[in-house]
Amino acid sequence: MAVIKPMISVEYAGNATIVRFTDEKILEEKDIKALQNSVMPIIESASGRINLILDFGNVRFLSSAVLGLLIRISKRIYECEGQLRLCNINPKIYEIFKITRLTKTFDIYESSEGAIEDLSQAD
Amino acid sequence: MVVESKSSAVSEVCKQILSKLEAYNFGKDDIFAVHLTLEEAFLNAVKHGNKMDPTKTVKIDYSVDSDKVEICITDEGEGFEPDSVADPRFGIGLFEPGGRGLLLMNSYMDTVKYNERGNSVYMVRYKEKPDMTIGSGEIEA
Repeated sequence: MAVIKPMISVEYAGNATIVRFTDEKILEEKDIKALQNSVMPIIESASGRINLILDFGNVRFLSSAVLGLLIRISKRIYECEGQLRLCNINPKIYEIFKITRLTKTFDIYESSEGAIEDLSQAD
Repeated sequence: MVVESKSSAVSEVCKQILSKLEAYNFGKDDIFAVHLTLEEAFLNAVKHGNKMDPTKTVKIDYSVDSDKVEICITDEGEGFEPDSVADPRFGIGLFEPGGRGLLLMNSYMDTVKYNERGNSVYMVRYKEKPDMTIGSGEIEA
């Protein structure tokens, strides 16, 4: 497992790239910018289309600015004809997704295993 | 309290208000809700109200008692019309990166009101009642 920057770690499983957020809180604009600067190059550097899983297992608190980042990431992935899955979202944060109806926009899985399996079937 | 209009200043605001909530035995859900609301409302004040002008300030008035927390956040901006903000849950808004802060504030607080100018938001959250269902440990047979 390669640690790219303090805020994410990256792992590869089957045809999927798993990006784990390592921080408990993602709030400040500079943190969100740093995340964007970490995740976007992974999408850009993928040879062909990427199957990306974002793992929120460590995250206990985030602001709506993070949702904006997720939208930007998903747009870029779909432009590259890739696929995006979210997983391991704690119940309080899942509530934020429900309130904003982003549960309708993102494919969300309980575990990274479930997301990996789904992507392996999709290919 | 009056703080500098920069996004990082919210941490001290949160620290002060959330410690009061803990002192008054507000639950984890209440603390999560108020924390999220403070982050969203403060960032709105800095970004949209004061337009990232570091010479401006944000004023925070608050009161906490055993039943509720009241928070008023005022910026030095020209104000805005809350009803003019599109609902981010529908149509193109669902795919826009921004515009979810007000929705979250409205969802997590019991009262959200703006002054006439639209540069000051007053919010209240009442302490969540303890779970009184049987088996929760709150009621004895």
